[in-house]
Amino acid sequence: MDLAFVILVEMLYAVASLILIGAGLAVVFGMMKVINLAHGEFMMMGGYATITAVNLGVNIFVAMLVVAPLVVGLIGLVVERLVIRHLYGRLVDTMLATWGLSLFFIGLVTMIFGNTTTGISTPIPGFAVGDYQINGYNFFVILAAIALLIGVLLVLRTTRAGLVARGAMQRSDMAAALGYSPDRIYMATFFCGSALSGLAGAVFAPLVGLVPTSGGAYIAKAFITVIAGGPSLVAGLLSSAGVFGIVSQIFTFAISPVIGEVALLVAAVILLRIMPQGITGRFFKGRL
Amino acid sequence: MVEVVLETVALTMRFGGVVAADNVNFKLRARELRCLIGPNGAGKSTFFKCVAGLQTPTEGQVFMRGTETTGWMPHQIASMGVGIKTQTPNVMDELSVFENIWLAARRFHPVAEANRKAQEMVERLALGPIARSTLGRLAHGERQRVELGLVAVGDPWLVLLDEPAAGMSAEDVERMTGIIHELNRTAAIVIVEHDMQFIRSIAKTVTVFHQGAVLMEDHVDRVMSDATVRNVYLGKKA
Amino acid sequence: MPGRFVKDVWVTVLVTAVLIWIMPLLIGTYTLTVLVIYGMLGLSLGLIWGFGGILCFGQTAFFGLGAYTYAIAAINIGESTLPMILAILVPAVFAALLGAMMFYGRLTDVYLGVITLVVTLILFKFMNSTAGPQYVIGKARMGGFNGIPGFPTLNVPGDPDTYIWGDPYFYVCAVLLALVFLLVSALLRSSFGRVAVGIRENETRASLMGYDVRARKTVLFAIGAAIAGLAGALFANWAEIVTPSLFSLGQSAEIIIWCIVGGLGTRLGPIVGAAGLAYLKFLLGQQAVVDNTLITGLILVLFVLFLPKGIVPALVGLWKASFGRRPLGRIHQARRMRGGERANG
Repeated sequence: MDLAFVILVEMLYAVASLILIGAGLAVVFGMMKVINLAHGEFMMMGGYATITAVNLGVNIFVAMLVVAPLVVGLIGLVVERLVIRHLYGRLVDTMLATWGLSLFFIGLVTMIFGNTTTGISTPIPGFAVGDYQINGYNFFVILAAIALLIGVLLVLRTTRAGLVARGAMQRSDMAAALGYSPDRIYMATFFCGSALSGLAGAVFAPLVGLVPTSGGAYIAKAFITVIAGGPSLVAGLLSSAGVFGIVSQIFTFAISPVIGEVALLVAAVILLRIMPQGITGRFFKGRL
Repeated sequence: MVEVVLETVALTMRFGGVVAADNVNFKLRARELRCLIGPNGAGKSTFFKCVAGLQTPTEGQVFMRGTETTGWMPHQIASMGVGIKTQTPNVMDELSVFENIWLAARRFHPVAEANRKAQEMVERLALGPIARSTLGRLAHGERQRVELGLVAVGDPWLVLLDEPAAGMSAEDVERMTGIIHELNRTAAIVIVEHDMQFIRSIAKTVTVFHQGAVLMEDHVDRVMSDATVRNVYLGKKA
Repeated sequence: MPGRFVKDVWVTVLVTAVLIWIMPLLIGTYTLTVLVIYGMLGLSLGLIWGFGGILCFGQTAFFGLGAYTYAIAAINIGESTLPMILAILVPAVFAALLGAMMFYGRLTDVYLGVITLVVTLILFKFMNSTAGPQYVIGKARMGGFNGIPGFPTLNVPGDPDTYIWGDPYFYVCAVLLALVFLLVSALLRSSFGRVAVGIRENETRASLMGYDVRARKTVLFAIGAAIAGLAGALFANWAEIVTPSLFSLGQSAEIIIWCIVGGLGTRLGPIVGAAGLAYLKFLLGQQAVVDNTLITGLILVLFVLFLPKGIVPALVGLWKASFGRRPLGRIHQARRMRGGERANG
């Protein structure tokens, strides 16, 4: 019974982390058809922003939920203005340019913070379930993922900006014809996407020893979660994070964490081979 | 009786709830020239794509020279000796006119023969002066002509053309008509077309599509004077 | 057409000979060797991406596979000839299987990128996790993060006791690169190569002409992997150790950067890009003011934004513009002009 509970929490945690990792990339990809390969570095910088803020005496939750998204969002804004906006509609070129940006940020952070591991302790203590120890922070991650999904859904469903965003997702040319400047929509979208990446990086900061190359661990997972999810933002994230999270946890428990990671990647390859349009391209067409 | 080169049996194509092609039975004999007409969304292009292997029909079968080709890939159908020209010009923009035609010829002939065939085709289509220009730099009419050339160079016995006259000048259309007639000496031809003037100038038998199904099939003059067909085109109820 | 190729061979031989003679006077042969190897790796991606239109984010997977195959086979066999051949074959077969899976599934662009990237990551993670004693192939221990050191290096074929190293090894690598370059040239002049370029230009048209696009792309992908595998084996011999970092994303990115900077759609561009950037990295590694990765990244961004065609095509254009006014050039130009006028008229 205790074991079952632990496994359930671990599974939920795995799914939640994939949702958090993928969210920023999904927003940018879904709205702008831009694949930001510097997404992992955005997360890494969110982590550094959190740690720096905490070390300067800011409350850790404020640092995670306010400082990190703002800082990374602003970095994203600069990147969009300087690089991305020149490359709209050129999918492969944006992938290459953002890959270059990812290397650039790794170098930049290395120069500022040095090539050493930094970290902060988790703000929530662990507790015991029977014979097992559970990390209390896991629940925070799960809650954060749920809150994030609901937040995105609410913004898209109920606000005017969300309506414009949904329109732009379907037909960017039509949005332009209706008088909404695509330039500004894209700018705002990239800001939001980057802020979400920063938030995700901040949430994971207490869990990992942060180094400038930490982003590499995220990008592949984010990439496959989003691509396998397909065109629908929320449904896609939820379904593909669900599949991959559960698959990787099963193998993690059965064999080892490394095999769990490998199983996740193999599952992604198989899934894409069967459903090249992603899960929601196949099943939940037209949903959010 | 002349051999049947293309036949579809109860060919049906559904996209979700929409029936784009509905139970189409179609027969084409060797060296016949057939035009497919119909208003927008009548299903003629869907029918065309199913025959060319660009889409797999939901139900029904396609036969070419007696062989069932339902669900074949385009390259398998082309390899049988079927020349296909799609609606939008499908050419290789960075390659020259000669290279485009050469690639098509090379599929069916060894190198030396392909060189000769491609050269011949370039001359036949009066493309000589622009043979070394890349396709990306050519005007629309010339691109259409090149595409017809690379269809013709494979010596096909069946040619499928989707809107070959679209967006062309009168002079270009005239030249195109000549090429099609020449092709028709050895090949059966299916033409999907909107341009009524072009159809009048080229067609003998016409198949009219309406709402995914075949509405009528007859000589061009009778089709043109038919009241139902007129109504379909003018949007009145059939 | 054959006449042109003969000329190509002579020019390549002559240029190679001159470079082999001059370059060691400027740069140490140890560094030169790895530049040559990277050149070959760049060429492998330049072939499939620049001419075949297949953007592989994981070309380094084949490079690493070649290196590991060589190391493992050399430990087990001793004599280096068979391991070298295996180091070409194993990545080629692996690529053929992977390529068949991708191309027959009609995956394109982004999805191809995802899958090649993910496969590279799988290899990277797997190789890193093989530290335990149970990961053994024959006599070779995989060694996990630390890799495989101490395998026998290249020897004169048939004579396992005479190793090729130092200056002679540089000559071997340089000659091999020239050979691969000529093979690639021949391939591109052949019908297969011309159809490959046709497929890059328009897949639908190529299949409507009757070419099996899936099979041809798979074969080209495997050829690229074979070249990368050879480069990997040569690298293993040069470094005398293979580690999982051969499969790293950073390494993958670098190969792509070489091709972009050098110029896609040219044979020379990726080689020049690889050798040039690798040497730049070597020089930058000797200073500590600016981080190396930062500069690499900046170069990639700037090239994508401002010189997406790469250096070699830009230089060729410049050369034509400044020296292309000889009588012969004028005739060519005039002919092209006339073609253009007709096109517009």
